[in-house]
Amino acid sequence: MSTQPANGTEMVNIEVDGIAMEVPKNSMIIEATDKAGISIPRFCYHSKLSIAANCRMCLVDVEKAPKPMPACATPVMDGMKVYTHSRRALDAQHGVMEFLLINHPLDCPICDQGGECELQDQAVGYGRSVSRFVERKRVVADHDIGPLVQTDLTRCIQCTRCVRFLEEIAGTSELGMFGRGDRSSIGTSLEQGVDSELSGNVIDLCPVGALTNKPFRYSARAWELVAKPSIAAHDGVGSSLWYHIRRGRVMRAVPRECESTNETWLSDRDRYSHFGLNADDRVLEPMIKVDGDWQTVSWDEGIRVAAEALRSTVTSHGGEQLGVLMSASVATEEYYLAQRLARGLDCQNIDYRLREQDFSDDKSMSRTTAFAAPMAAIDSADTLLLVGSNIRQEAPILGQRVRKAWRNGTRISAINPLAWNFNFGLTNSLVVAPQNMVMELAAVASAVSDISAKALPANLQTVCNEARVTEVHMAIAEALKNEANSMLLLGQAAQAHVDAAWLRTLCRWIAVSTGAVLNIVTHGGNATGAAMAGALPGQGPARSTVESGLNAREMLVNPVKGYLLWAVEPEFDLANPALADKALSSAERVVAVSAFASTGLKAHADVILPLAPAAEAEGLFFTLDGQAFDSEPAGTVSGQAKSGWKILRRLGAELELDGFSQVTRAEVQQEMLTEFDQAGSSSAEVDLAEAGLSAPQQAEGLHRAGEVAMYSVDALCRRSEFLQQTAAAQNDFVGLNAADAAELALADGQQARVSQAGGSITLPLRVCSELPVGTVWLKSATVVASGLGDSFGPIKVEAV
Amino acid sequence: MRYFFRPKFTINYPEEKTPKSNRFRGLHALRRYPNGEERCIACKLCEAVCPALAITIDSTRRGDGSRRTTLYEIDLFKCIFCGFCEESCPVDSIVETGFLEYHFENRDESIMTKEKLLAVGDRFEAEIAENRKKDAAYR
Repeated sequence: MSTQPANGTEMVNIEVDGIAMEVPKNSMIIEATDKAGISIPRFCYHSKLSIAANCRMCLVDVEKAPKPMPACATPVMDGMKVYTHSRRALDAQHGVMEFLLINHPLDCPICDQGGECELQDQAVGYGRSVSRFVERKRVVADHDIGPLVQTDLTRCIQCTRCVRFLEEIAGTSELGMFGRGDRSSIGTSLEQGVDSELSGNVIDLCPVGALTNKPFRYSARAWELVAKPSIAAHDGVGSSLWYHIRRGRVMRAVPRECESTNETWLSDRDRYSHFGLNADDRVLEPMIKVDGDWQTVSWDEGIRVAAEALRSTVTSHGGEQLGVLMSASVATEEYYLAQRLARGLDCQNIDYRLREQDFSDDKSMSRTTAFAAPMAAIDSADTLLLVGSNIRQEAPILGQRVRKAWRNGTRISAINPLAWNFNFGLTNSLVVAPQNMVMELAAVASAVSDISAKALPANLQTVCNEARVTEVHMAIAEALKNEANSMLLLGQAAQAHVDAAWLRTLCRWIAVSTGAVLNIVTHGGNATGAAMAGALPGQGPARSTVESGLNAREMLVNPVKGYLLWAVEPEFDLANPALADKALSSAERVVAVSAFASTGLKAHADVILPLAPAAEAEGLFFTLDGQAFDSEPAGTVSGQAKSGWKILRRLGAELELDGFSQVTRAEVQQEMLTEFDQAGSSSAEVDLAEAGLSAPQQAEGLHRAGEVAMYSVDALCRRSEFLQQTAAAQNDFVGLNAADAAELALADGQQARVSQAGGSITLPLRVCSELPVGTVWLKSATVVASGLGDSFGPIKVEAV
Repeated sequence: MRYFFRPKFTINYPEEKTPKSNRFRGLHALRRYPNGEERCIACKLCEAVCPALAITIDSTRRGDGSRRTTLYEIDLFKCIFCGFCEESCPVDSIVETGFLEYHFENRDESIMTKEKLLAVGDRFEAEIAENRKKDAAYR
């Protein structure tokens, strides 16, 4: 039974408390009253979850019904008369509240939910002042369900919202209701923790204090906290959230409702990342390296040294010898001013696509809004093809949308280098080693070409003709072609791929030829903003064409003399840490602007300026589908850190460049948005024939599939100790297919030596059935992988 | 003239003292249970109810998993001795004793820290318990 009424249903007339209203047929009484603003107490009902009707708190009086009826599970009928506050309804509600309180411990003074507890609130209205229950109360043993959610199951009132959430939305069914009557309790079926990437939402759903925020436990009261609206910048969804602040410090994060992005949910990454804000290696003051030692200096001195380093690089070697590498998760104003700064210094080498390695299609497609359709359109897609996407980890909120679509009947197919543990079923699944992904996608393109009788562009033809088309490829192509709303989701694994340009171009051609929508799940939290602001070579603000320069890859392959690293940790944030290490070591000057100083950053940088991280900074963020959200600082800035636009403005002024005279952020934003508005609409007809594609690599041997570890996407997440304690953060292993392991004479659990790009490391081996032959699973952006090479590329594994 | 022969109101303070109600609201104290465990559970109701914002509390999870304060301070310059903190306390931890003869020599001494409050509690526990017993029937 769904609470969402079908569209276009007929309406019926009902009367609630004497007020006549017209509501959709088959909807529930509670939906009608909620819409009309009539309050009915409830615990188990939630508009995004299925109806359980097990708390009985919403009993109302329905005329001609022999007993009070639960408003959440009683469909409206024509002419129905409902009384929500009649004597019979109130008696029923009071009775239910008395039963609910029988086994509730009433330990409100030590309960974290105290002050924001639905049971507490309702008990004020419906409870008795003195309990008539003198018998012993029950006690339920707690379970340790992981580092993020605390259980106090004695407080549970068995509303089963958490059970329904994990079963329906998160799709992991990790919690269940066990036992009967007063012995019923919430528990885990396998005595495991709740490892879902959305697990934190059960905290918000729990109407009592049975499930609470574990890291936040006992640290503050609801009434002490000031809620500040903000945006999460760890994935392109741009989830809206509230930061709860006490004395300037961020204490916790809770979701802020926004139907077009995160609905009412929040991923654990967005919820718990702020615990990294006060990490030990936070940069609090400008620092310069003098004879190998770090000294803290004033802002004036820091800016002077940084500007001098940039200027001297440009004057002695020319602008082309400066490289600007920017994180893909900072505010749009920073990209806008940074590209102005770089181009003002005659430097065209600026890029934010740090985790990618193939840019050969840059000429044929401008990077703009990553999604061609709104994120919410995923819900109503008829067929969906995932290409190189572990959507659940790349953007947990989108993963939830894909699951919702699947529950509504969307047929989902995937071409992935790994059989990732999805929480939705796949109609057609092609799990192939990374080096074969291009051929598989080419086979789909070939099938599309056959079905639609559309000729492939010349540059794609040779490869597509070589591809062997099977029934699976045919089925995928047919689904894309025949369904009205078909969609391709090109994931982060595809973009980090050695032949990412091939995958992108093929997807684009398939999308154009089948009428499907191509949505690209980019790395980082504001890649759309970065592209709009023109922080990439050859593309200026608002898609204007500018002189071309080096991309993120070229800047490292052919090292330049000076680098500006913007919120980048070279050993974690780049596709190839070994290459980055070499390039930065050979550079004369490295200026870093960062919130945190990792070992790698300290080793290479000459000056580090303290950047205020998200939650303490301000800025405009663009979601994958191009929605703009403005974010104001929530917490007080630690130390002397400053928002990025202020640092750039001062650097620009120090370098005596034009266009750095703004005083407020509003001015920067105004300037930027005016320029964006003048941009023409995106060129719908992309000339794929122009894509400068070289033949796809057909490397023999083992290939690494190094997706970014979910809780290592940026500096803040990597420093959140609680996220790092989760099961999903335990990535110190190397995965191999059973056949590959046997060939290398390696057994599960044995130590294996992994070597790549001159770096090597010994890790325990895990034989994984989800891996295809020829693939090595070793996640990137982790400490163990920080000395290795490309996240997607050839790799060597041997027995120790 | 008649006042001359009437009994005197004046008392020889501090040798003599006027009788005090068992509900007298003097210097604050934090109480302990007989086993020595502090009563306060950091529910922060006193902090919330305090009309003068004189109470500041920080809480944490102690090693044994219980909810405890890491900081409990009352600024006696702010305090208006209304007794709301005592009334709101669910565990009879924060109380106002009958003690009123205290003074400060430095400005910062007006901040009653957790240690000071517990020490006051330890000193007057017998009297506090006695007063509580007398008042129990009316609470």
